[in-house]
Amino acid sequence: METIDTDVAIVGAGGAGLRAAIAVAEASPSLKIALISKVYPMRSHTVAAEGGAAGVIKGNDSFEDHFHDTVSGGDWLCDQDAVDLFVHEAPRELTRIEHWGCPWSREPDGHIAVRPFGGMKVERTWYAADKTGFHLLHTLFQTSLKYPTIERFDEYYSTDLVVSDGRCHGVTAIEMRTGQVRFFRSKAVIIATGGAGRVFPFTTNGAIKTGDGMAMAYRAGVPLKDMEFVQYHPTGLPGTGILITEGSRGEGGVLINKDGYRYLQDYDLGPPDPWPRKKAMELGPRDRLSQAFWHEQKKGRTISTDYGDVVHLDLRHLGEAKIVERLPMVRELSQSYIGVDPVYEPIPVRPVVHYTMGGIDTDIDAATAVDGLFGAGECACVSINGANRLGSNSLTELLVFGARAGRRAADFAIDGGVGPADSEVQSAAKAMEDRVLELFRRSGGAESVAGLRRDMNEAMEAGAGIYRSEDSLQACTSNMMEIRERYENVVLTDKSNVFNTDLVEALELGSMIDVAIAMASSALQRRESRGSHQRLDYPDRDDAKFLSHSLARYSGTGLPGIDYCDVTITRSQPAERVYGGAQE
Amino acid sequence: MSRRPYVRELSKTGWWLQQPRYIRYMMREISALFIGIYVLVLIVGLFQLSRGEAAYEAFLESATGPAGLAFAVIAMVFAIYHSYTWFQVTPQAMPLTFRGKRIPGAFIIAAHWLGFLLVSAALWLLVGS
Amino acid sequence: MSQRTIELEILRYDPEQDAAPHFQNYVVPYHEDWVVLDAINYVKDELDRTLTYRWSCHMAVCGSCGMVLNGEPALACHAFVRDFPGRIRVEPLQNFPIERDLVVVMDGFIDKLSSVKPYIVPKEEKDLDDGEYLQTPAELGRFKQFTDCINCLLCYSACPQYALDDSFVGPAALALAHRYNLDSRDIGRSARADIVASNPGVWECSFVGACSDVCPKSVDPAAAIQQAKIASTGDYFMSFLMPWKRR
Repeated sequence: METIDTDVAIVGAGGAGLRAAIAVAEASPSLKIALISKVYPMRSHTVAAEGGAAGVIKGNDSFEDHFHDTVSGGDWLCDQDAVDLFVHEAPRELTRIEHWGCPWSREPDGHIAVRPFGGMKVERTWYAADKTGFHLLHTLFQTSLKYPTIERFDEYYSTDLVVSDGRCHGVTAIEMRTGQVRFFRSKAVIIATGGAGRVFPFTTNGAIKTGDGMAMAYRAGVPLKDMEFVQYHPTGLPGTGILITEGSRGEGGVLINKDGYRYLQDYDLGPPDPWPRKKAMELGPRDRLSQAFWHEQKKGRTISTDYGDVVHLDLRHLGEAKIVERLPMVRELSQSYIGVDPVYEPIPVRPVVHYTMGGIDTDIDAATAVDGLFGAGECACVSINGANRLGSNSLTELLVFGARAGRRAADFAIDGGVGPADSEVQSAAKAMEDRVLELFRRSGGAESVAGLRRDMNEAMEAGAGIYRSEDSLQACTSNMMEIRERYENVVLTDKSNVFNTDLVEALELGSMIDVAIAMASSALQRRESRGSHQRLDYPDRDDAKFLSHSLARYSGTGLPGIDYCDVTITRSQPAERVYGGAQE
Repeated sequence: MSRRPYVRELSKTGWWLQQPRYIRYMMREISALFIGIYVLVLIVGLFQLSRGEAAYEAFLESATGPAGLAFAVIAMVFAIYHSYTWFQVTPQAMPLTFRGKRIPGAFIIAAHWLGFLLVSAALWLLVGS
Repeated sequence: MSQRTIELEILRYDPEQDAAPHFQNYVVPYHEDWVVLDAINYVKDELDRTLTYRWSCHMAVCGSCGMVLNGEPALACHAFVRDFPGRIRVEPLQNFPIERDLVVVMDGFIDKLSSVKPYIVPKEEKDLDDGEYLQTPAELGRFKQFTDCINCLLCYSACPQYALDDSFVGPAALALAHRYNLDSRDIGRSARADIVASNPGVWECSFVGACSDVCPKSVDPAAAIQQAKIASTGDYFMSFLMPWKRR
C-alpha cells in the first residue's frame, strides 16, 4: 500500500474543506496540504445551498441580535461561547470571500445587500441571487488554485482514520480510478465531509451526503454529538426533494393549505399581518414550520398529490420582475421538475430532510478528543446550531469554522511532537486496507446494497421522522441493528478495480448505518422535545434533565453508549421561544 | 495499473454531418467560398472592362448566361445566409447596455437588418438604373 | 394492464474486461416525471450493479451527470424521459477519454481551468476592516452570467474545435477567464493573456456556437470568447500605441 506523506490531510473539499485548506496555506507556506475528496470539489453539496449566509454588517443590526436569534433558534442547546465567536467572525469571513471575488448581490450604491431569513429578528443574510452556496463553493475552489501547497486528490474515497495512542496519524483512501488503497500519513487531519441526509428517503441532499467522515471519526473513538437533531427544511419539492430556498419566503412568499389559508398562524407564529414581518409566520424557524405541516397533515388540511401530501408556497404576489431578479433558480427548478411556473401558480412543497445539526464532537477550535483530528462544517457539531439551525447560518459556519480548523491544524502540524514508530502506524493503516479488501473480495452473501439502503431509509423515516415516540424509536433502533447485521452479508457484483461505484456505495452504506444507529439511539434516550427533536410522548422541553448535549460513543456491533455533557451557557438563560406577534 | 482510458475515433471529414447544427455551421463557413469566388468574378469583370468594350461585353454575356446566373443566385443565397448568421451572433459578440439594462438581442439584430436594407436600397438607387 | 416501459441503450466499457466500448440494452419502467438519471439509477439498483456513472445533486447545479443522450450533450438529471420518443441512447461525454462506462477522464479540463488564473487579481488592495469592494448592480451585471458555469463539460462535448484539437483551452475555461476579466474588482487580464489570448486560447474558436446551444445554465461561453477576442485585439493594438498602460 502506497504511503503519501503530508502535513495536513483534509477529507472533503466542500465549503469547509476548501476554506480550511486555504487557511493552512496562508498560515504557513511550508506546510504540505493533501485535499482529499470523493468527488471533484465543485460537485460538493455546498453547491446546492441557495438562500444565503448570515453576517452582521448593517447599521440596524448587532452581534447581540444575531447571538440571541441563533441561541433561541437552537432552543438553547447552542454553546454560547461558540455562538459569540461565530457571530463576531461571520462578517469578516464573508467580507474576505467578497475580496476573493464572490458575486454577492448588491444594493444600488454598491454595498452588500442582505435579505430577511427565518428566525432572524433583523435581516442579515448576504446572498448571491438564489445560488449562494454555488457561488461560495466556486469562489473558494477557484481561489484555492492560487496556492501551490494545496495538492488535490480528487475522487479518492476516504475509508478510515489511522489512530494509535489517542493520536490521529492519517487517513486511508481508495484512489477510485485504480481501486488502490493509499495511506495519507499526516500530522493533522481535518474532516469536512458534510452531513448524512441520505440516511432518510426524502432529502434535499445529493447522493454524496452519506456521513462518511462522521462514521470514520466515530469508529476512531470520537463521540458523535446531538445526533438526534435532524432538520427538516419546510419547502422541498415533492418526489425529488429538491430544495426550494427559504429565500423565497424571505422575499415575501407565503405557505397555504388546501383551503388557501395561511395555516402557520394557528401555531403561535401569527398574526399573519402585517407581512412580511421578521421571525413571524413564514419567517419562523424551520423546525416549527415543518412541525406545523405535520399537524396540518393530521388534520387533513394538506393537499394530496401522487407524491404524498403537500402545501402550497405562493410567490405570485411577488411579481415576475422580482422573481426573475431574486429567485431565478427557484423558478427554473419549479418549472423543470414540477412543471409549475411560480409567477402564475403556487409551488407544491413539503418538509424534507435537509441538515444534520449533530456530528463530530469538536470544541470551538474544531479540535476533537483525538489529538491531531479536527472537524468543521456540517459533519461537525461545535455546537452553534443546537437543536435547530437557523437558515443561512451554515454557509457562514463553513467559512468561520473551516478557517479555524485550518489554522488550528496548521499550528498542530508545526508543533508536531514525536510520533510513534513507523511500523506501528503502518500496521494500523494496513488493518484499514484489509477492511476494504475484505468487502471487495467477499463472496456468497445475499444482501444487495440498494435493497438494504431502501430498508434503512424506510426504518428511519418511520421511526425517527419529524415526530417520534418511544415505540417508534425502539422499533427504529432494532430495525437498524438488524440492518447492520445484514450488512455483513453484502456482496459486490462489480469486481472491477477501475472506478468501482458498487464498492463505494457499499462503504457509504456502512457509514450511513453507523450514523443512523447513533441518530436513533440518541433520539430514544432524549425524553423531551426540543427544537427539531419532537416526541409525542414527551411534548415539552425538559431543561432540568436535558439541557445537555448527547454523546454517542461507538461500541462495535452493539448499540452506542449514550452519555451527556454540559451546554456552555454564558448570558442567555433558556426561555420560551417566541415568534410572531407574541415577540412584541 | 488496470486503467486503460479509451479514446474514441472521430471522423476528421464527416464529423459535421452528425448534427444539424454542425451542418448549418459548415454552410455558414462554405458561404465564404462562394462569396470569395463571386468577388473574383467581379474582379475579372473589372479587368475585362479595362480592356475595352468588346472584352467587357463578352464578360457580361458569359456572366449572365445560364451557368453564370445559376452561380450568381447560389452565391447570393449564401451571401444572405452569411449576413443572417452574422447578424444573429452580433448580440453575443457585442453586448450593449442602455441605462444599466441589457438591450435585447432581437433589437440589435433588427437594427442590423434595417441597416442592411437601407444600404441595399441606397446602392440600388445609385447603380440600379 | 402491464406497466409501460422504456429502453435504454447504454455504452459500457470496463478496461479490465473489454477491448472496446459496446452498447448494452436495459428495459426500465416508465414514469411520467422521471429524468434519465432516475432511469439510470434504476438500472444500477435493480438490474446491473456494475453500471458506473457520476451523479450527486439531481438538481442541475453540481455538474456531475453530463452525458450524451441520443447524440445531444445533456445533464441526465435535467433530461426528462417523457421527452424522448422510443429508445434512449446513453453515452459518455464526447471528446474525453472514457475511464469506465459513462465516466470520462476530466484531468485535461481541470488543468485548463487552473491555467487561466480563475481568481481575483485585485485592482486595489483592501483590508478586511475596510469592508467590501463596492460594486454596483450594473457592474455585477457585466459578468454575472459568466459566473453561472457548473463545469458540467457539455460545452466541450459539443465543441468541434475541441474534438479536432484537445489542446484548445475550451469554452468553460475561457468563459471563466472572461468572468474575472470583466469583474470590476480585478486587474488580471494581462496576467491571463498568455493562455487566453493565445492560439490554443480564444483564437482556436471559430464561433460554431454549439457550446452556448447546449449549456444548461445559459452561460453563453461563445459570447464570452468572442468578447474576449475583441478585448484581446484591443489590448494588442494598445500595447503598440500605449505600451505604458496595463490591464
